[in-house]
Amino acid sequence: MENFSRQDKAIIRALQEDFPLCEEPYKILAERVGISEEEFLRRVRQLIDEKKIRKMGAVLRHREVGFNANALCAWHVPPDKLDEIAQAMSLNAAVSHCYDRTPVPNWNYNLYTMIHAKTRDECEKIIGELSTATGVGDYKILYTKKEWKKTGMKYFCEGLPTN
Amino acid sequence: MTRLSTFDKALLNLLQGDIPICSHPFAEMASRLGTNEETVLSRVRELKAAGFLRRIGTFFDSNRLGYQGTLIALKVEPSELNAVAEAVNRYPGATHNYEREDQYNLWFTLLTPNAEYESNILAEIRSLRGVEDMLRLKANKKYKINVQFKLQ
Repeated sequence: MENFSRQDKAIIRALQEDFPLCEEPYKILAERVGISEEEFLRRVRQLIDEKKIRKMGAVLRHREVGFNANALCAWHVPPDKLDEIAQAMSLNAAVSHCYDRTPVPNWNYNLYTMIHAKTRDECEKIIGELSTATGVGDYKILYTKKEWKKTGMKYFCEGLPTN
Repeated sequence: MTRLSTFDKALLNLLQGDIPICSHPFAEMASRLGTNEETVLSRVRELKAAGFLRRIGTFFDSNRLGYQGTLIALKVEPSELNAVAEAVNRYPGATHNYEREDQYNLWFTLLTPNAEYESNILAEIRSLRGVEDMLRLKANKKYKINVQFKLQ
């Protein structure tokens, strides 16, 4: 594992908190780390170039914006077609996440997609289309019944006190 | 529920993409939306207070920070489900935790700095009362992580 300096970790810890909603947000974050705004911006750009930051922006509450039918769909895909099928499914705008995962005994699903739709009918229609388009007929729809937790990860905080 | 105006939708679509990396990012966004910094900032604050925004901030690639991610499915006796869900929530590395309609009725993702750390947590969870089975689904390639909803 790559080593992160104390300052790298401090920058990451500052960035993972809520983004300040003020005129000069990076200046505030830089002050928390104890470096200049210019240096902070330079390090952020570097983290983006290194692809350690995926995105800086907002995530909406999808139920509030009208997406009420959300499902994890697990697919059993032939291993030699996994890459091709995963890429095809990722192109669908209703698919927010698409990961391949190692199957385990008695559970042979190896591709996982999160599907977001306004209704269950719409959700099932999307899944039916993905199935037809890729020829994968063995799948399981796992509807979200209750969200117990959804939060951003706090990196480099192991061993620090939690609230 | 607050109705989203055309301006709100344009603002949310822009905000879901990349916040500019510059001294005055909201002024930069304002110029793209044809308005001023104060209008953007005040509306973002209002939309956040009204509950439309889950989070505004930085999303890291966990693997590139040295963390590993696993999806865990638990088969939990229904009478114990709430207690198990709350116990899972207490682990900071359990970032997403959902009750789902299946015999495997609780699904959560777990991010940890190494395999030993993960195994220790999972041993604790497996031994909770009511946990009848556990599937441990290690992530390999991430093809898409893109929680963006285009508002029209």
